[in-house]
Amino acid sequence: MVDTALISSELSAAATARAAVLRRLRGSDAVFRIITRMSVYCVLLILGGVIVSLVSGALPAMRTFGFAFLTTEVWNPVTDKFGALAPIYGTLVTSAIAMLIAVPVGLMIAIFLTEICPPWLRRPIGIAIELLAGVPSIIYGIWGLFVFAPFLQRTLQPFLIDVFGPIPVLSSVFAGPPYGIGVLTAGLILAVMVLPFVTSISRDVFDAVPPVLKEAAYGVGCTTWEVVRFIVLPYTRVGVIGGVMLGLGRALGETMAVTFVIGNAHRISASVLAPGTTISASIANEFTEAVGDLYTSALITLGLILFVITFIVLAIARYLLMRIERRIG
Amino acid sequence: MNSVYRARRRRNWIAMSLSLVATLFGLGWLVLILAVLLWEGVGGLSLQVFTEMTPPPGSAGGLLNPIAGSLVLTVVAVAIGTPLGILAGTYMAEYGRYEKVTMVVRFINDILLSAPSIVVGLFVYEVMVVPMGHFSGWAGAVALALIVLPVVVRTTEDMLNLVPNPLREAAVALGMPRAYVIRHVCYRAARAGMLTGVLLAVARVSGETAPLLFTALNNQFWGANLNAPMPSLPVVIFQFALSPYEDWQKLAWTGALIITVTVLALTVVARFLAASRKEQ
Repeated sequence: MVDTALISSELSAAATARAAVLRRLRGSDAVFRIITRMSVYCVLLILGGVIVSLVSGALPAMRTFGFAFLTTEVWNPVTDKFGALAPIYGTLVTSAIAMLIAVPVGLMIAIFLTEICPPWLRRPIGIAIELLAGVPSIIYGIWGLFVFAPFLQRTLQPFLIDVFGPIPVLSSVFAGPPYGIGVLTAGLILAVMVLPFVTSISRDVFDAVPPVLKEAAYGVGCTTWEVVRFIVLPYTRVGVIGGVMLGLGRALGETMAVTFVIGNAHRISASVLAPGTTISASIANEFTEAVGDLYTSALITLGLILFVITFIVLAIARYLLMRIERRIG
Repeated sequence: MNSVYRARRRRNWIAMSLSLVATLFGLGWLVLILAVLLWEGVGGLSLQVFTEMTPPPGSAGGLLNPIAGSLVLTVVAVAIGTPLGILAGTYMAEYGRYEKVTMVVRFINDILLSAPSIVVGLFVYEVMVVPMGHFSGWAGAVALALIVLPVVVRTTEDMLNLVPNPLREAAVALGMPRAYVIRHVCYRAARAGMLTGVLLAVARVSGETAPLLFTALNNQFWGANLNAPMPSLPVVIFQFALSPYEDWQKLAWTGALIITVTVLALTVVARFLAASRKEQ
């Protein structure tokens, strides 16, 4: 009799202990869930914070200059007159030059890696190209300023001036003394920096083409190029465009490399050999030296414009890549 | 062979040669950049670089304070960004994989991942430097943490999504609560991948310059004080490279070599970690 009472009391003690442990575990489960959820909202909050703080910083300049800020070329800290046209123009032109070179070259490298590269070389070459993306942008800058710009000044730029000099429209595009630094140099360096992004995404989407499609094309006698041109590229078009947009987003926002080689001149000239400026280079060069609220605010407005442009470009890129992922997955 | 066939063969040959040329072109850049860095940087590499402060123009010196500053900034940035990123990634992969919030945050995170880093600098300037009234190491570290964050969120989520569901189900069947399963089963299975993410984030942050320009600013002296402006290797390279003094430019090259070697080594290690995981 005594024994059973003892056992049952022990059992109930064990049961309460068990219940306590379970409660604690359930409690810690809830806490963990809440903490992780908070962190997710934190990420949301940061993006919201970026937008709000940029807008509030930009308000003074936007109020003073209004919409004309986007269409004025003048940038004069002394008289407090600011317009964003020159940096916007520079950003767009350098990015255009970069994409003009990086897209075909990047696609060709992706084609090489997926179609004709021997399998044992694929990984090393792929990693080497991706290392180009790993090199910090300040390295591109210092390299561009001391090595690449003087090289262009001696070789490519005089050549361009000579060749296009007699041709009416192109002569103004390639006019002027070869400074070395300038819009073209910045665009070329950006091209090298964007190249790995275009390559690695194109390679990934090329790899995702169902082998049956390619084999069928080879089976009816297509050459490798014809398979790429008529099967692979049409099938992966959306993904490739996504990769290109991602690269464009990078090119638009790239700062340090461009700051070194563009010359930081707030003017628009028809010649790509002339110095210019981009949004990010203006901010990097002038922000710490900006005295006066309006000057600072004008630079922050530039930042806001840059953010909006890249946000749109990147959003399109992600949307396109998501679409192709869904199709493949 | 008829002429159509020959033309097709020729076009194929041209296209394939062009793709080979493009690849050599891409690789050529990497080789060229590394070669110039070695050529210009190795000469200045000596013990002095790691033991002496940045010099005034015209005298000898080293890069001790910017190297130390960079290390401190990176460590603080990773200490802030990694836990937050891992927790957010955990929610997105484990609790709310199909929720709307997750979709939105994934989209926004991907955009933050490639957003221009100079904008991050402006943001931190607005929310930290202006209210505090001065540039500081904290502001620089927070700016870098905001660059670490999206990288870690993305890799954590991806890696946890790769953990097979039967593993979770088996653990739950033993009576483990959810949080326990995540911490002791899922994290363990995804550890290598998550570590890769952190390494990639460190690699990215250690070369970042733009967000530090107007947050941590710079400083010629030794300072472990995060409340004061803080030197960092990239910013010192920027300043020295654009200066007219030759010793400064030489130091800039040496610093550039140190950063590049560090970043590339981190990237390669991260890739190998990821690759060895895949083979398992």
